[in-house]
Formats: sequence, structure tokens, C-alpha cells
Amino acid sequence: MERHLLRVTVNGQEYELYINPKTLLVEVIRDHLGFTGTKRGCETVSCGACTVMIDGMAVKSCSILAMQAEGKNVTTVEGLEDHGKLHPIQKAFLDHGSYQCGFCTSGMLMASTALLKENPNPTTKEIREGLDGNLCRCTGYNSIVRAVDAVGQGKYKEDQA
Amino acid sequence: MKYNILNTHTHNIDGIAKVTGRAQYTFDITRPGMLYGKILRSPHPHAKIKNIDYSKALALSGVKAVVTGKDTLGVKQGIWRRYSELCDEQILPLEKVRYIGEPVAAVAAITEEIAEAALDLIEVDYEVLPAVYDAMEGIKKDAPMIHEGVERNINVTRHIEWGDVEEAFENSDYIREDWFKCSGQAHMCMETRCAVAEYTPEGKLTVWTSTQAPYYMQALLAGVLGMKESDIRVISHYTGGGFGGKFELDGAQFCSSVLSMKLFKPVKIVYTREEDLIATKCRTPMYYYVRTGVKKNGKFMAREARVFTEGGAYTSMGATALYLTGFFHSFPYKWEGYRYDGYRVYTNTIPATSMRGFGAPQATFCSETQIDLIAKELGIDRFEIRRMNGHTPNYEVPGQATIASCGLEQCINKIEDWVKSRGKLPANRGIGISSYGFMSGGIFNWFDTPYSFSSAVITVNCDGKVDLHVGAQDIGQGSNTTLAMICAEELGVRVEDIRVHSGDTAECPPDLGAWGSRQTLMAGNATKMAAAEVKRQLLEFAAAKMGVNIVYDLDIKDRWVHSLARPERGLDYFEVVKAALRGKEGQRLMGRGFYTPHRKGMISPAYSYGVQALEIDVDPETGKISLINCVTAHDCGQPINPLGLQGQLEGAISMAAGYGFLEDLPMEDGKILNPNLVDYKLIRAPEMPETEVMEVETYEPEGPFGAKEAGEGLTNPTAAALSTALYDALGVTVKQLPITPEKVLNALREKEKEGK
Repeated sequence: MERHLLRVTVNGQEYELYINPKTLLVEVIRDHLGFTGTKRGCETVSCGACTVMIDGMAVKSCSILAMQAEGKNVTTVEGLEDHGKLHPIQKAFLDHGSYQCGFCTSGMLMASTALLKENPNPTTKEIREGLDGNLCRCTGYNSIVRAVDAVGQGKYKEDQA
Repeated sequence: MKYNILNTHTHNIDGIAKVTGRAQYTFDITRPGMLYGKILRSPHPHAKIKNIDYSKALALSGVKAVVTGKDTLGVKQGIWRRYSELCDEQILPLEKVRYIGEPVAAVAAITEEIAEAALDLIEVDYEVLPAVYDAMEGIKKDAPMIHEGVERNINVTRHIEWGDVEEAFENSDYIREDWFKCSGQAHMCMETRCAVAEYTPEGKLTVWTSTQAPYYMQALLAGVLGMKESDIRVISHYTGGGFGGKFELDGAQFCSSVLSMKLFKPVKIVYTREEDLIATKCRTPMYYYVRTGVKKNGKFMAREARVFTEGGAYTSMGATALYLTGFFHSFPYKWEGYRYDGYRVYTNTIPATSMRGFGAPQATFCSETQIDLIAKELGIDRFEIRRMNGHTPNYEVPGQATIASCGLEQCINKIEDWVKSRGKLPANRGIGISSYGFMSGGIFNWFDTPYSFSSAVITVNCDGKVDLHVGAQDIGQGSNTTLAMICAEELGVRVEDIRVHSGDTAECPPDLGAWGSRQTLMAGNATKMAAAEVKRQLLEFAAAKMGVNIVYDLDIKDRWVHSLARPERGLDYFEVVKAALRGKEGQRLMGRGFYTPHRKGMISPAYSYGVQALEIDVDPETGKISLINCVTAHDCGQPINPLGLQGQLEGAISMAAGYGFLEDLPMEDGKILNPNLVDYKLIRAPEMPETEVMEVETYEPEGPFGAKEAGEGLTNPTAAALSTALYDALGVTVKQLPITPEKVLNALREKEKEGK
């Protein structure tokens, strides 16, 4: 079978792997590297459970081939926390109860983080629109919007790395 | 009563695991040597299986086994175990398939791709049979028979009646009748159904699965596999959503187990989103006929409802939904006479079952829509008509239910104030209201278990830290946190002192699991009882040490063992634990608790109540509805975890509003037309309205610390409030869910025609 060399940085660590070029990024992340925090909830790029950041941008990792991430910086949910210190968005999710079953949470956190990177002080309308690609069946989204809003308002400044 | 723990802002105890991605779901499980399974599904809604030839599939490199019904014991299973005639589903049927998507064979291979490829190599010879897809067609005399010997496809019937219904109609000044149709709905858990089964030469089976009720899975698997329950271990530490769709045995659990038992290897099956949509179970679609008689002044006299539910191919929890919809159609009002006749009809469609609200959202939609029409015709205020007829504390629903706590009237008043505070609305805006109520767990033992409905075991270690073992299942609703809070409050320690063990039948006592809004009350009572037992043991030692007269003079609060009369006199909790352990020859302190409801009527030990107002904006040109505000006044007794409660409320609104105007399972010849997340629409973040909850605190004598149901009932009012909001905005009603733009426009055209 055809194998290509993929060089990719995931959560700050550089990896070199030989993969079938048809492998999706989400498969490399979950099955090859074992970062199972990233989930999958559909086959139609509709749910956002697999959202990661590539060079700071939110990307649904089921929608691209792993080879397209060659040479890039990928951050998964496991990359948010730093030596036991939670990222502000993680703290905000805890404080606002922004998760229930937790299956969409990793994708929501990554989409939220990318959103705040691009727009550090979003309005709630902008937050809602920014999370349009991520489905949650449990929370009804409002607690997630409140958490992102709180970070945007600077309420977790002291937690900022 | 002032509590240290209850009703305080508390982080979910599983929260850090969830926000760091460490929480391991069944979807994430891999085992050494694990194989991957795939299921071949019926393309026909109704067909005899004449022959299955899988020799080519088995010959494919990487394929390890193929199984069909012939490799099973052929047990007809069902969750209503008490009634054998309702156990009607062979997963991997031997003789015929009854819906599109039904499993007919399963493959295990070294990769998912190979297993998938092998499915194409299986040849099934079907004899296609005539099929029926609609309850009203299925019940006809000449309809195709779906289950042998079941005349007119009537699977279950239910009759509920009290009072003299005929006399109550005769004494009515105004009678109204309406037909409604309520659609199906997919649970759409973010984690699709999945299982990893591992059978080992010891003759033991371990199954990791995404479930709401590990004990049910253990017992049901034992039944279909011919094993002892205790030789099966079901593990489900994290469940990616349930909503009523994950407490019956599914194809992933059964087929992975059968394959694993054949191969002595772990086998994993994960449903695709399409499989999860077409081949599981869904909210029960219902036809509702409602006739209601009232007095001129608005007093409710009589109601008669006839309901035909589209059962799909098998009984499942649909039998319970048939009962509950009939009961909750009377809710939360008093009737002189009430009669309900429900018919569950088999059809060649996806089996219909429980889904959050369990028949009550359908019942509430029909009831509340009609009540607004009645109020309008009689010129009675819509709040007044609800207040006049609503349940009150200590009311007895004749022969059915004994209500203890009930805050309905306060809820009506609060919502009335809020609606009035909105003043005059702009054009095309409307506010709908809906009252609702729900049970706190069911009473009837249809599962036929000898175990208590809930149980808990508490162990206190020498350092004072507490292990709480419960069979209750946390599926995201936060029951582990709720039970930890109840335990901490009763024992007098902090939430961080408690480690909750759940989701593992080998470690935890049996419990019926997370459905029917039962856990806060039932598992909560069991937990409280176990904690009280431990506390009593601790206070024995403390009393001896402190020299007080009687044990009950002491209490523990926030790790301080003290005299009630003089709280400053006391001992450190951790020191007392150490002393107590020494006094017991080093044995850890243990407490057991259990709960099974007794003498509480036919339905439930306690009922939640509430009223919801939903403000919407309707575009009369397109018929498109936008949700603006949703305000709920809610009586769940004593709130335990306010953060969790708010989450339950908002989540319920998104799901129930979706049911009201977006979600549907359209079919053509038994085939679901939107089996993916592109065509099946869920509410997304921009569509969610602003939400507010106003708690009305009552004290429920049957609940732990006065608590009752707080999660599922919140799904009941929203579709109804959407319907009444449309009526408020434009003066039209749509009697068929979901209320789509097309139906709104049709209703507007109809109204225009009538006006001319």
C-alpha cells in the first residue's frame, strides 16, 4: 500500500509518520497519535465534534486529509492545558456548566478558542455565529455562549498564559 | 432550611475530565487484538429472509467471522420483560425483517474498512412482503400482518378513566374536538450507539457501551446470550448523550457480543450517523383525537382522548410511552371525568420508543393548543383558565396519582407577570404559554427485577474520604454531581471528599438507570439513606467521646462534628473517623441505602410542575419562525445543583423547540429521507432564544431533601408554547408537528379564505 511521510506538529510535539495518503486528519489524531479527546459525530462535516486548530484556525479534522496538515501546527483539546494549568476557556466552561455529556465539548472548546483568537471581544451574536458549525444536543448552547463571552470580557485574564 | 452544599454553585465532578479531553467514552476504547464489526441491514421494510450466503464475505482477507440469526439463541427480547408477548424483537432476526435498516448479519474483521467491504459480499435472498407505514393504515382490517397473530397490528392498548365522563360532557356548556398529529424525532446523541464486547475463556463477557442503564444492558444481554447476569460486566463511565434512546439493547451491543463469543476476541461496533438515525429507535409519532368539555366560566369538565401511536416494528419502550402520553394528556389539570384510549400500532418503520418527555411533549402540545382555542372562544384569560383548573398541593388524580408538592399556581403567576412586563409586542410577535408537569421516576416494575429500583453503598476510609458507589448512570445530566452533593450534605462533608463510582456493573449496586427522570429522587433517596447510616455510626463514637445525652443531639456540618445545641462544641470529622475505625477493629465504615417506591399511585412517587412562556417572531411572508425569549417558572421541589438545573432547562428547550418547528423524520415507503446531519435539522447556536428560569421552591416529602424531577419534564412545554405563540402572534394554529414555514403559510391562507 502507498505510504507517505507526514511531518506534523501536534500540541507542540513534532511527529513523523508514514501514512496512507487518504487518511483523514482526525484519524491520524485519534488512531495514530491517540489523542482521543477529539471526537467524531457524523460523516458529513456537520457536527464539529472533530474541530481542532491548525495554525490557530478552527478546522473540522474530518474534512481534510492528514497530508494537508504537513508542516503545520495542530492543536487538539489535549493541547489547551499546560502542566495542569487549565486554559481560560476550559475554566470558563467549568464555571458556566458549558458541557453535559461532554462529547461535543472538545470541538466546542477548539472552535471557541479559535474564535477568540480571531476576535478577542466578540458580541454574543458573533459568538453564536462563530459556533454555528458545532452541534450540541445537551446544553442548548447558551451556557457555552456565556463562557466564551466571559473570556472575551476579560474575566479570566489572570489565567491567561 | 439552610444547606451547606445543596443549591450552591458547584462544578460538575466530571468536568475537568471532560474539558481536558481525558474522559474516555466507548467510542474511544481500544483493546489489545480488537476487531471491528459492521452490520448488514435490510433494504426492505418487510420481507422474509429465505437464505443468507456469506461464504464470499468470509473468504475476504481480514474477515474473521460472519454471524446471522442462526448463530444466536433466537431469543425474542424486549425491555417489558414481565410480559412475554411484548418481548418481540430478535436482533438478527431468523425469519423476517420488519423495517429498513434492521440488522440481518454482522461481520468482524481486522479493520472497519474490510468489515464494510465484506458486507457487500453477503448475499441475502429476500421474499418481499407488502408493508404498512402509518398507524391509521396499519390498524385497518386488511393491512399486512407484521407480527404473526397480532390482529390489526395492535401491539398494546391502554385505557385510563376516572369520573363519569358522559355526565361530565352533559354538564359542559361548550365542547370542542380536534385532531393532532405529532411527529417522530431522533435522539441524535452526539456519541452514536457503540459497544466493545470482550469474551474471554473464563466464560466472562465485558461490554463497554454507551448506555443510560448499565444494569439493564447486563440483564438484557444475559437473557439473549443465555448467560448469568453476574458473568457479564457492563462498563459505561462516560455516555455521549442518551435522551431515552440508550436503555434498550441495540444492535451494536448484541452483535459485538455474539461476534466476540464466537471469536474470543474483543469486537468494536460504532454506528455511523446514518445507522444511528435509521436503525435505532425514535420518539413515538402519534395521532391524537381530543374532545374537551368545559363550563362557560372555563372550568374543565370532561376530556376524552383517542390516540394511535405509530409503533414501528417492535414494542420497545413504546408501551410505556403509550401509557404516559395518556396520563400526561390530563396534566396538570383537574377533570371531573377523563377517558383515554391508546392504541399502539405496529408499522414497518423504525421502532418508536421513549425520548425525553416520554409521550408527554406530544400530550402537552395537543392539550395546550386546544386549551388556548377554548379560552379564546369563551373569552377567558389564558392564565385564568389554567389557574382555575390546575393541580394543587395534595390533590389526588382519581385512581392514578397522589400529588404531594405542587407549585403550579406560583408558576402561573410568575409567568403571567413576565408576559405582562413585555407590554405590547411589535407586529408578528407572539408569546405562547404552556403548563406542564412530569413524573419523578416510574413505579411499575415492568422490567421484572427483584432488585431495589435504586441502591447506593458508601464506604468511609481512614482518612475520612468517601467512596460512593451507585448504579445510577451519569449520561451528562450530572447525576454523579447531584448524588455527591446529596451525600456530602447528609454526611456533613464537602463534595471534594467524595469519589463517585458509577457506570460499572461489577463495581456498583444495581439501579434501573437514567430514564424517566428517576435518579434525583430514587438514587438520591438511596444515597441519602446510605449516608445517614454512615453518619449514625460516626455519631455513636462522637457521642461517647463528647459525653452528650443522646445521639441525636449531634450533627456534622462541613467536616465539624458538633452538638446541635452548642455548635461551637465539637470534634474534627477526620479525627472522629479515625477513632471510629479503630473502635471497629479497623473496618471501614459502610452504609447501604436503597429505594423502591411503594403505595404512591400508579405512575410516580412525585411530580414536577411548571409554566413556560416562549416569545417568537413570525415572518408572515415566508412562515419562518424565530425564537426570541424563553422563560420558565419551574417547581422541582428543593433544587440540588443550580448550575446543572439551568443546563437541563436550556438543553431541554433546544431539543423541544427543535421538535416544535425543525426536527422530523419524513419517510417514503418506510425509508427515512433525511438520515444525516445535513438534512436533519437541529437547533444551532444562532437559533437558540434567550433563556431564563425562575425557580419556585416547594418541598416534596417523598424526595431527598424535598427534591424531585428536574430534567426531563422541561422538554414537555416548548412545542406547545411554540404552537400557542403562533396563535398569539397571527391567530392561527398548526395541528401537525413540526410547525414548518410551509404549514404556517397554509394556515395563514386558510384563515384568509375563512375571513373572506
